[in-house]
Amino acid sequence: MSDLFTVGQAFQQGLSEEMERDDSVFVIGTDLFIRGGHFAQVKGVGPRFGHERVIDAPISEAAMVAAGVGAAMNGMRPVVDLNFIDFAFGAMDEIANQAAKARYLWGKPVPLVIRASSGVSLFAAQHNNSLESWFMHTPGLVVVMPSNAQDTKGLLKSALRGDDPVIFFMHKRLTGSRGVVGGPEELVPIGKAAVLREGTDVTLVAAGIVVNKLVKAADELAKEGIAAEVIDLRTIFPLDLDTVAESVRKTGRAVIVSEEPPYASVASEIAASVQEGVFEYLDAPVQRLTAAHTPIGHAPNLMEAVIPQVEHVVASVRESIQKWPSS
Amino acid sequence: MDDNGTVATAPQDVMEVDISGVDADMLREWLQMMLVIREFEESLESLTANGKIPGSVHQASGQEAVAVGVMAALAPGDIVASPHRPHHHALAKGMTANVVMAELWGRATGCAGGRGGTMHLNDFDLGYFGSNGIVGASLGIAMGAALAAKLKGSDQVCVGFFGEGGANTGRTWEAVNFAASQKLPLIAVCENNQYAVETYIGRALTGPSIAQRASGFGLPSVQVDGQDVVAVYRAALEARERAASGGGPTFIEAVTYRYHGHNTGEDAGYRTDEEVEEWRRVRDPIDGLRRAMEAAGQLDADRYEEMFLHARSVLEASIEFSENSPLPDPATATTGVISLPFDPRGPR
Repeated sequence: MSDLFTVGQAFQQGLSEEMERDDSVFVIGTDLFIRGGHFAQVKGVGPRFGHERVIDAPISEAAMVAAGVGAAMNGMRPVVDLNFIDFAFGAMDEIANQAAKARYLWGKPVPLVIRASSGVSLFAAQHNNSLESWFMHTPGLVVVMPSNAQDTKGLLKSALRGDDPVIFFMHKRLTGSRGVVGGPEELVPIGKAAVLREGTDVTLVAAGIVVNKLVKAADELAKEGIAAEVIDLRTIFPLDLDTVAESVRKTGRAVIVSEEPPYASVASEIAASVQEGVFEYLDAPVQRLTAAHTPIGHAPNLMEAVIPQVEHVVASVRESIQKWPSS
Repeated sequence: MDDNGTVATAPQDVMEVDISGVDADMLREWLQMMLVIREFEESLESLTANGKIPGSVHQASGQEAVAVGVMAALAPGDIVASPHRPHHHALAKGMTANVVMAELWGRATGCAGGRGGTMHLNDFDLGYFGSNGIVGASLGIAMGAALAAKLKGSDQVCVGFFGEGGANTGRTWEAVNFAASQKLPLIAVCENNQYAVETYIGRALTGPSIAQRASGFGLPSVQVDGQDVVAVYRAALEARERAASGGGPTFIEAVTYRYHGHNTGEDAGYRTDEEVEEWRRVRDPIDGLRRAMEAAGQLDADRYEEMFLHARSVLEASIEFSENSPLPDPATATTGVISLPFDPRGPR
């Protein structure tokens, strides 16, 4: 259908509209102008806006992010496109010690968007790091992780019109995923989760691509008479715990699902918060379903073996209900 | 180049390889290895397109002479680390086409057991300290290995390969500076194939060359014709002798060219077909050596055909080996993360 767009196209659209609207918005990265980035996420933006505003830099993540931080402090609204989130390691000081600290130390806003493709996919261990909890753990950063085209476009607009450094995660395997998108003034607020499916028996929580698995799991559970509520966090920080808590007060149980390694994960943070916040409403311990604590292998069967699948979510809910029946 | 030097132009001169003083058997070995690499690399486009190799890979067709010339100058115990375009290094260092191909296929018989793929090849027994998925990281590893060689008093010399794209990342120069300041037995080899993905070198380098940039760090720094296997060999040999005798590191910029896109499946719309054809026609490393050997009476058409067929058979055997190899056991997916026991499922 012509009114459906891929997540990549949604990003292009959102970016182009904001560049049209605001001359201070520009992009720095590598392989952006012709290829449109390694996920075609800015395809066509270069020819439309020119080399001044779609800058292909020498390969140095540190220099690209530093340029973004300095430019943001001097009145611009840069998007630094790292292609892969893994390349953020090469700019960690610029992100965590510079971008994240300027507002606190000096009251100086850093309106910077750092976009990167993330999540478990091809290309093995060094291209499949899950860094969401690293950034969530760093005071001064906003972290968003859309699950669909509409949120990608809407969250980008909010990020570009806001005043904070935003780490913008886009899952590699969502790049070609299609959906509707909003118009030029339809912003998706940062820090607000979405309830994708209402239910009364269990709350399933995720962000990014995993949300799709939760919807499928909810379909499976419905066949067994279990009504699952599905929450798409959309933003990792600030975290919308109110929406999660409200849901758990109703359902009495929660399963938090993510593709990250388990220790000190975003899922751990949410699970602990739910336990502390709505303990008296819980019928069962809050469960975390994450990837295994291991780097990601090249062979596709190694990769799939370590991340949570739909059947794991379903089994986890079943087990919870059997072991801890509702009182 | 145009006036700004920001657009590539094809070379005009047909290369001439000076083989004088080099043993004919050595030259034949080099030619054979370049043919094996070429056959290997040329097979990868279709093997990724048909899904035998998951994802995509970076081919080095056109860059064979850099790998073969450098390796020819090394001793067997010397150490090499590669970036993301590594197959020619791995093969020239002595890894079999079977274990490299099987790794690309993600098979249990691959050199990393199917865990690594193209960007994580390795054979530590052979001194091959890995290919790498992170730009500039390979030189750092080679530099550290060179530090160990110096501390241990071993006679190892270490080589870090990287591209001209890698010459724009800070860690490359931090490693060069460290090596120079500590007089480490390191050879930093910049394989300048002109394009960092789609960025032509003239758009990321001001100044005459990467070798000149390197010379500011106070180490001997040379630019060589990376299509000429003998020229590369001579430069690497000199660098190795310097390193082995305590003279410290050398920077070599080998000017070369990749015939294919950055990765299999890429539509390389950032350069013209004519440019690629010109490089193939006048600067092909295999043709260049072949012509010189024929002129010297060291090679004839029959012998060349034999060598080509051998290369073909090495490739075919590696494909058959990969096809018949099992995938890794998923039960092993979380083994070997650290040396101590832990629960890979998480805190519970």
